[in-house]
Amino acid sequence: MGWRSIRAALLDRPVPAAATVMAVIAVSSYAVAHFPRSILAFMLFQASILLLYFSRTAPWLKAALAALTLGLLMPILGTINGYYLEVAIQVGIFVALALGLNIVVGLAGLLDLGYVAFYAVGAYTWAVFGSIQPTRFMSEGWLRWFPLGPEWFFVFLFLGVLTGATTGILLGLPVLRLRGDYLAVVTLGFGEVIRVLANNLDKPINITNGPKGITPIERPPLFFRPILNAVGLDAPPATLYPLYFYFLVLLIVGVVILVNRRLENSHIGRAWEAIREDELAAQAMGVPLVRMKLLAFASGASFAGIMGVLFSAKQIFINPESFTFLESIGVLSMIILGGMGSIPGAILGATLVTVLNLQVLKGLSLWLNELRNAGVTILGYNLADLPTQLEPAKYERMIFGIILILMVILRPQGIIPSRRRTRELRDR
Amino acid sequence: MDLPLLISIFPQVLTDGLILGFMYALIALGYTMVYGVLEFINFAHSEIFVTGAFVGVEILLALKARGTLDLLSPFLVLIVLLVAAMAVSGLLAVTVERVAYRPLRGKPRLIPFISAIGVSFFLQDAIRLFESIWRNSFNLVYPTMDLFNQRFTLTETIDISVKSVVVIVAALLMLWALHLLVNRTKIGKAMRAVAEDQATASLMGINVNRMISLTFLIGGAMGGAAGVLFGIQYSLINPYTGFIPGLKAFTAAVLGGIGNIPGAMVGGLVLGLLEAFAASYFSLLTHGAFGAEYKDIFAFSVLILILIFRPKGLLGEVVRERA
Repeated sequence: MGWRSIRAALLDRPVPAAATVMAVIAVSSYAVAHFPRSILAFMLFQASILLLYFSRTAPWLKAALAALTLGLLMPILGTINGYYLEVAIQVGIFVALALGLNIVVGLAGLLDLGYVAFYAVGAYTWAVFGSIQPTRFMSEGWLRWFPLGPEWFFVFLFLGVLTGATTGILLGLPVLRLRGDYLAVVTLGFGEVIRVLANNLDKPINITNGPKGITPIERPPLFFRPILNAVGLDAPPATLYPLYFYFLVLLIVGVVILVNRRLENSHIGRAWEAIREDELAAQAMGVPLVRMKLLAFASGASFAGIMGVLFSAKQIFINPESFTFLESIGVLSMIILGGMGSIPGAILGATLVTVLNLQVLKGLSLWLNELRNAGVTILGYNLADLPTQLEPAKYERMIFGIILILMVILRPQGIIPSRRRTRELRDR
Repeated sequence: MDLPLLISIFPQVLTDGLILGFMYALIALGYTMVYGVLEFINFAHSEIFVTGAFVGVEILLALKARGTLDLLSPFLVLIVLLVAAMAVSGLLAVTVERVAYRPLRGKPRLIPFISAIGVSFFLQDAIRLFESIWRNSFNLVYPTMDLFNQRFTLTETIDISVKSVVVIVAALLMLWALHLLVNRTKIGKAMRAVAEDQATASLMGINVNRMISLTFLIGGAMGGAAGVLFGIQYSLINPYTGFIPGLKAFTAAVLGGIGNIPGAMVGGLVLGLLEAFAASYFSLLTHGAFGAEYKDIFAFSVLILILIFRPKGLLGEVVRERA
């Protein structure tokens, strides 16, 4: 019995599909709860969400199960093992980034290699004003307004969108005339420029505090705590904050997905895809090239901006190291893996790559270290002699590289190709 | 403003700029030759360059471990290093083309470019993996050779190290050899024909695929040589060293007019000099408010300005010959 027939038997008819998915969700949640330190159990849990996506169940059931797993099971499992919640938050952040880059690269076909710059701009927007940083560069008169209180975080979420979009337009204006690969190199340079600026703007006036970074950064207020108290639930901030950020990320990702879907099927999305396929033809059909490209840059950048604000609040500490070229390529490999121009593809790609980085590579590192410390001997080779510099966790570049090469050569449409592209390929 | 100080450091800055410029020129050749033939930015070229640097350091360390390094003539050692690095880097470039670029030929421009980014990242960590297992460290230092560290005293304030002179002379010789190869030999003519028009060239009996491989081989070899010279000049290397010089060299290639071999040399020199002067005079003129850290920003600004206002580069219109 082949893989296809198994899949058909289990996932393609509504009732078996619903049963299978529920069973897998139940088993995996139980496994995670029972073996909180097992990476495999948690990956099974993540896979159950993927299974849910692929199964042919009634839409209402799908939505309900998704809400159950993401809204209830995940937070509960996250309180059992805090690291899983951290992974989930990171996945959410990267999903939003991948969806943003997906607009620029996947839909509009503009290769942006400095995408992380917009993320950095968002992060520094909140970090500078939501910390004691203003005392370092502002005059006395202004200082009675700063530092801003935690409630300003929500204002800055919107400001993050604005600053992201503005930076996107500022970058886009001069460079959008350039041809594809030149544009890529210029955006790469721009990403580096932003990082170098963040690294060096501690003098002549100290705005970013240079390589030392900014800390502590205000977190959003726990406004719901009185309500929790009223119903007799209370937890220390240390447990509340991760859950809080998890739901914030979930909310933002939800909004981002919604915006993406609306955009994709609007006249704007169609214009982007027309530009991607053939600029000249699009222009001849009356697509305003510059305005549409700027719009793509701005909307992609705004998602990065809002996630930047959230990232800085979550981390409490940021420095330029978090915004390197590596991050930009990481996000790029996520959408190439998932499928350019495909929303579910971007989500899946972001999840896979993040999980690979945070769990598989880290897990391998830990495992190797344990073997090394135990001095296990394999085939006459004592693992205690393994070079100490050999840390699988540090090899994310290799992962990104392999993903990019293999996907581009073997499956350029990605794991979940966009619907429109599948149709196109079928027509040929 | 401290005019005498500005003048007194001038020769030093000039030499630094020249060295940097020749380095960029050698690396830029790899970008520009491949671009001339395939219209494609070989993003992995910076790693081809770093591979050369690592080949060099491995040979030097091996010689040093045997104790023969001090007995041999430094010039002989240099030649061995250059030849080995050129061979390894050139072959690596050819392999990369076969594996990661050739299957994608004819696809939209961005597709092989993304593959090249992947190759670049893969090679960085591959070198790291190799050195971590082999030496348990991937930050390596070039062993010093006494003769190369001696300094000529020109005036009271200026002295130039022997290695700087060696680096400049070696780079010049290599650029000259390349020039002869491309312009005076039959192979060079075939390469130029392929760059001009692949279909016609193949009708004339030129094996296009072989010429493309040859382009990668030569470009990669130049990059490998640049890697050795880089190591000798700046000593410290790690698998990620290549990224910024690679980006600058690409800037240099664009500056000179991409696809244009003399352009890459001119662009490299101009960019190297500009950068050296920006790095040292910027902070002097602004009294330290903007330090040498801004030199990268400066180079990228040059790139952006050139691309916007003169995308064909400095020599792009004057010389139509491409290799």
